[in-house]
Amino acid sequence: MNQNDFAAIVPVLMVTLAACTTMVAEAFRPQRDLAAGRWFGTYGLIGLGGAIAASLNQWNQSLVGFGVISVDNFTVFFNITLCAIGILTIILSAGNAERDHLPLGEYYTLMLFSIVGMMLMASTTDLLVIFIALEIMSLGVYVMTAIKRSSAEGAEASFKYFVLGAFSSAFFLYGIAMAYAVTGTTRLDEIGMRVASSALDPGILTILAMVLLLVGFAFKVGAVPFHMWTPDAYQGAPTLVTGFMSTGVKAAAFAAFIRVFLSALEPLRLDWMPIVSVIAALTMILGTVVGVAQTSVKRMLAYSSIAHAGYLLVGLVAASAAGKAAMLFYLVAYSVTNLGAFGVLAALVTPDRQHDDVRDFAGMSRERPGLSALLTLFLLSLGGFPPTVGFIGKWYIFNAAMQEGMYALAILGVLTSVVSVFFYLRIVVMMYMSDETAPGHRPAVSAMTTAGLLIALAGVLYLGVLPGGLLSIAADSVASIF
Amino acid sequence: MALTLLVLLPLVGGLLVLLLGKDRDRLVRQVALSISLVTFLASLWLWSGFDASSADFQFVERYTWLPDFGISYHVGMDGITLWLVLLTTFLTPIGLLCSWESVEQRVREFSFFMLLLEAAMIGVFISLDLFLFYLFWDAMLIPMYFLIGIWGYEQRIYAAVKFMLYTMAGSVLMLLAILWIAYYHQTVTGVVSFDLLDLYALEIPAELQMWLFLAFTVAFAIKVPLFPFHTWLPDAHVQAPTAGSVILAGVMLKMGTYGLLRFSFPLFPEAALQFAPYIAILAVIGIVYGALVAMVQPDMKKLVAYSSVSHLGFVVLGLCAMNVTGVQGALFQMLAHGVSTGGLFLIVGMLSERRHTKLITEYGGLKTVMPKLVAMFLLITLASIALPGMNGFVGEFLIFVGSFAEHPGLTAIAVSGVILSAVYMLWMFQRVNYGPLTNPRNKGLRDLSAREWVVIAPIVAMCIGMGVAPGVFLKPMEPAVKRIVAQMRGMVPVNADKTTSEVVFPGVEKTTSEVLVGSAR
Repeated sequence: MNQNDFAAIVPVLMVTLAACTTMVAEAFRPQRDLAAGRWFGTYGLIGLGGAIAASLNQWNQSLVGFGVISVDNFTVFFNITLCAIGILTIILSAGNAERDHLPLGEYYTLMLFSIVGMMLMASTTDLLVIFIALEIMSLGVYVMTAIKRSSAEGAEASFKYFVLGAFSSAFFLYGIAMAYAVTGTTRLDEIGMRVASSALDPGILTILAMVLLLVGFAFKVGAVPFHMWTPDAYQGAPTLVTGFMSTGVKAAAFAAFIRVFLSALEPLRLDWMPIVSVIAALTMILGTVVGVAQTSVKRMLAYSSIAHAGYLLVGLVAASAAGKAAMLFYLVAYSVTNLGAFGVLAALVTPDRQHDDVRDFAGMSRERPGLSALLTLFLLSLGGFPPTVGFIGKWYIFNAAMQEGMYALAILGVLTSVVSVFFYLRIVVMMYMSDETAPGHRPAVSAMTTAGLLIALAGVLYLGVLPGGLLSIAADSVASIF
Repeated sequence: MALTLLVLLPLVGGLLVLLLGKDRDRLVRQVALSISLVTFLASLWLWSGFDASSADFQFVERYTWLPDFGISYHVGMDGITLWLVLLTTFLTPIGLLCSWESVEQRVREFSFFMLLLEAAMIGVFISLDLFLFYLFWDAMLIPMYFLIGIWGYEQRIYAAVKFMLYTMAGSVLMLLAILWIAYYHQTVTGVVSFDLLDLYALEIPAELQMWLFLAFTVAFAIKVPLFPFHTWLPDAHVQAPTAGSVILAGVMLKMGTYGLLRFSFPLFPEAALQFAPYIAILAVIGIVYGALVAMVQPDMKKLVAYSSVSHLGFVVLGLCAMNVTGVQGALFQMLAHGVSTGGLFLIVGMLSERRHTKLITEYGGLKTVMPKLVAMFLLITLASIALPGMNGFVGEFLIFVGSFAEHPGLTAIAVSGVILSAVYMLWMFQRVNYGPLTNPRNKGLRDLSAREWVVIAPIVAMCIGMGVAPGVFLKPMEPAVKRIVAQMRGMVPVNADKTTSEVVFPGVEKTTSEVLVGSAR
């Protein structure tokens, strides 16, 4: 253990520290003074902000910590993205979390701990550490799903999520065991070398290990046929938690997915490519087609996020340099857009209503022109319209697919994105074109929420018009390791 | 900066309009109209600086945007673009002015979307980079979607969504084709490029051209709309508010034919040659079918919508001739149709503002009540059915001359479309305006107001002006058309950097405009 080990994990430590501070602060909070919790988010903001600053410092440094944490540019990219997701979620939570009577201490603590898990997941090069990180992340998110104690839906969603999640963790663990059985190690680089030496004729155990790991990741990113938990969990969780897990969990899971499959299992690419292609195709189709039939907006966005996982998998299949960078760019694009969309939805929730049915949006543009316009822009970005970041993201993914000659996947991708536009537009139709106005009180929006939404908006438009900077950062991030 | 300014004016102006206060509709209308008029003046100023003798792109601007991907902000204007941009900037203020009273709700948003639409449409025409082009092409759908969906008639939501999905489904495949061709450029030359001028110079194997041509052409054919891709059009037109219909028919349909002319044909000349006869057949089917369906429409707006299917068929037929006369005629017809069909939609809009119905049977004998409006209606109708001396005639005549050389049989059938158009238009005109005033509710309808004069007079002036002095319009487009035809026919080393205006084109020996304009008179 030396200085370098610690230098490598400074960002993770900062977030951990913030999480512990929040936990202690909650423990010493005067029992009756609920308002004190309002400031707990600040610890998180400071910790995450510090982590971003520390990560920026690690760019191009290539540190290794404890032999299992690799701080390459890929890690830095994901650490910053995940911390930014955390910051945006905290900003959007301010005001909303109090309104929904969430236990603030636990809420922020769990969120920060799961971000720690996510950051570790993105940075580690050892299968066992990935598993531990996965569990740190997941346990936090399971509890956050049910954090609104009065909500029966939340409890149900959390239970389903937990059981299915445990199930997939078991698959993942078996995958690690098989990999260990074949190669005698859990380190990705060594596994890569051992697998490469027998890549032409991989044994049944190797293939089994690969398939089991694939199942574990497919579950976490919400790919068909392991997507079943997504709609229930997304619908039942408090809206901002949904936003958080649809972006953070997905980004972290993809980070580990990319690292494992493009480094350790890269030699088996010809074996996993057909499987991932089929999964990608099914995921895009199911996500959009079933999304069309939804009337609950949160469920609709859950299916939308399934479809987006499909587009990301297309990037994985077309894993050229462009394909890898495209996935990174797409994750940022999707995260900022989705957080914005869920931020708007969260702002509309009242204590007695989720404001979740498509009909609840009827005539909203008359009462809430600003929020409606924001939601419209976020939905257009999810649908992939220029000049939003969603368009650039899709273009980049299909660009990579075309370059690699994956015409069928590219064609399927663009066609399903047309279908997805149909259901995104349903909300827009309701907000702008419906004659009726849905009854019910629409609450005031706090200044912090407004600020958070404007940050998301700025991201969506700025990256939509001038994506050049992020595109080259994404390219640099993957260039360093693969 | 001139062209960028033309895009930015309505874009920034539109955002400005949004910032105006909530209940200041009058101010909003005035500001929006002023912005669109300034844009029109700016485009006229561009015209004054345009070198009509050159086939090159002028006012070119090029900034690197995403250099790693060979994407740049590259815009320019040639004789083809010039007129379509002018058409756009000409019709937008008219669209805003005609909605002065009919659009009462959400005036701010309406003006915003109209200006946004103008910016996107200008962007589509001036883009010389395929990525940039696609960006504007897709972005353009959003304001139109809202215009139809919010301010349209009863079935507006259905029409808006159908319009959006139909057009998108066509264009996403074009996106893939664009990506493909950009990377094909990389395999050939080593650098990826989305630049149109680079791609013009690319030689693509014939069998690959076929697929790319189809992907591009289907996107454009939906927009035109070419039979059998036309089913979105009647819905969109009938449900759209008047201003929406004017812009839709006036400009947006032309994007389809513009796309064929600028991208499909010259980028994939061999495939174009191969497919042109089949497209021409579809065009002729569209001409006759559109006319026949128009004839039986009880609804005036639907009638005009189907007449567009028919008229755009002529344009595509002219393009498929792939010679200078035919293409020039097609281009002229695009402008003429934009003006005259825009005018027809304005008239129908004025009638339905007064009576809240578009059914022909509800009218009759309007001549005695509103002589001035009917007079304008007549002039525009005559322009639309291509009476010599009006703008419709020049375009159709040139198209037939050009097309007869290539597809005599098809042209012969297409000519029947002219007769049919006279039948359905005049019959409609007669039922609406002549005869006794049977419906008591038509009594005492007011004639054209001062504002409506301002709306309709420029249209009528253009209908006559373009018919009397077509040379003004044909001259500046001729060099660019010659170049593009030569490119389609593969007659020149298609290096766009070269000054093509001095190149002698074999097979383009006919001096089209003078001779034909002479005979047109």
